[in-house]
Amino acid sequence: MATHSLQDMRQQASVAAKVFIQRDYTNGTVCHFQTKFPSELESRINKQQFEETVRTLNNLYAEAEKLGSQSYIEGCLACLTAYIIFLCMETHYEKVLKKIAKYIQEQNEKIYAPQGLLLTDPIERGLRVIEVTIFEERSLTR
Amino acid sequence: MKNCEYQQIDPQALPPATPNPPPPPRGPHGDRGEEPTAPRRKWQVFPGKNRFYCDGRIIVARQSGVLPLTLGLIIVTCGLFFIFDCPFLVKHLTSCIPVIGGLLFVFVVITLLQTSLTDPGILPRATPDEAADIEKQIDNTGNASYRPPPRTKEVLINQQVVKLKYCFTCKMFRPPRTSHCSLCDNCVERFDHHCPWVGNCVGKRNYRFFYTFIVSLSFLTAFIFGCVTTHLALRAQGGKGLMFALQESPGSAVELVVCFFSVWSILGLSGFHTYLVSSNLTTNEDIKGSWSGKSGEDVSNPYSHKNIFVNCCSVLCGPMPPSLIDRRGFLPADESVQTAAVDTELPTLATKSVCTQGTKGLLESATIPPLLSASCPQGKPHSARSCPDKGPAVNPDPELPTSCGRRPAAGSPPARHAKARAKKSKRAAQRVPNPSLDGPVSPASPDAGPGSQAGGHVGATFASLH
Repeated sequence: MATHSLQDMRQQASVAAKVFIQRDYTNGTVCHFQTKFPSELESRINKQQFEETVRTLNNLYAEAEKLGSQSYIEGCLACLTAYIIFLCMETHYEKVLKKIAKYIQEQNEKIYAPQGLLLTDPIERGLRVIEVTIFEERSLTR
Repeated sequence: MKNCEYQQIDPQALPPATPNPPPPPRGPHGDRGEEPTAPRRKWQVFPGKNRFYCDGRIIVARQSGVLPLTLGLIIVTCGLFFIFDCPFLVKHLTSCIPVIGGLLFVFVVITLLQTSLTDPGILPRATPDEAADIEKQIDNTGNASYRPPPRTKEVLINQQVVKLKYCFTCKMFRPPRTSHCSLCDNCVERFDHHCPWVGNCVGKRNYRFFYTFIVSLSFLTAFIFGCVTTHLALRAQGGKGLMFALQESPGSAVELVVCFFSVWSILGLSGFHTYLVSSNLTTNEDIKGSWSGKSGEDVSNPYSHKNIFVNCCSVLCGPMPPSLIDRRGFLPADESVQTAAVDTELPTLATKSVCTQGTKGLLESATIPPLLSASCPQGKPHSARSCPDKGPAVNPDPELPTSCGRRPAAGSPPARHAKARAKKSKRAAQRVPNPSLDGPVSPASPDAGPGSQAGGHVGATFASLH
């Protein structure tokens, strides 16, 4: 998922720290991350910007898990075909996950990499955390 | 001893822990692991007790339980039905009968295979960095004495207080409704139970397959039972008698026995799970009485949508969550370098961590059988949840999540079952007087992961003696 510049950063820069944004279970088991701004990122990124990123991610996950007519139709159709269609076609959730991956890559390229940060797609961490890697400033060539 | 907290993810521990070593004993693509430089897929280093086939496409629990028996019973009974009963019924009644039977049979087998071969919603274990971060948070809030702080976290879910427990094996706080299955050694989301009849855990991702399986199996058994009865009744007409009919069609006798004993338990099971689905409960929660308000407090299920129809839809027709373990993904090229680096870093990272894993591992292996057997629920009686005592019933048993899984009961007859239950209740009584060791884990909780939790806590007391 990393572009050439992100790859350079990963290879050349050394990791100073990692911050983990945990899940927020106030609304149940839906995938929702805490929007609280971690103190370690204060020097690197704008609080508004970060919270905006997390909020967008939360909205995307909510869209993926939304119980609406589309998901019901998909579910009923799948049941009638003994769930074989899950093997053939991409589910709504998977489509949204691709959107999320693209969004994270965009955010990394535009906003976070220039500041020496890297967001890891939560799906790579089992949807448990958003991992923010903080790279040491001096190693960056930007 | 300092780095034994991370023994689970220690590079030396990894290869023996994986059920699938890179050399190619299974799967057609096994040669991938032979060359040292060939990229490895994540399933090859998966730490849980699972087996993978078709290069990671198919996942099963290591203990397949009685899945072959389940499959065998279904296939044999249906085979006998098509051979012995269908010709007669087609001639005397209608040719729809084999069609309906065939459709139901196909449906049942497909849903059974999907339940068994699908990832139930396994949560991947925490990475070393995550685990270190959580440890740091715990140690910051806890005290500095030898005894580790209780590893629970309380969250408010829809105005209901829910305790999240720390999983010592997976090194993370379990999300709500997640439980650690000791048989599979994985945390499973929305854990229902470990079903030996399908040889897999039933969790978030395969619950709908499981429910469809038991409902269609109820229809199939009832259908075959009805057809066989009709067949024998027709044959016995004209004063010929039942014995004559049975002699003419011996297969029908076998079917009759199997179906008669299975139909009640399977119908009961379907009814029970329909109740669970309509109230958005899991078997695990129902057995533990998490939301029944047994302690007198005003508790209600925070996950329920308070509407039966919406509950059913959300459980059965909701969006299909993806598998989180990414079995077929490739390991990063620097993974081996990383794990070596982690090894050298461990002494510094694990300074304040209580050493539980090493002792825990030993304790777990020693204590798993009694602890798990003791988890036979002593909860409220429910006719539908009675253990299958219908002989060779094709019947997943929900109420004994771990204990049934531990017993390789093949069509447990009633006597054996009663004895096993007596043994379990004795062990449950033995387990009860250890509340101090269990800490946040309720002593009599038939949690699917008592082994890891209690083992972890028992290990902690051992650690305090170091």
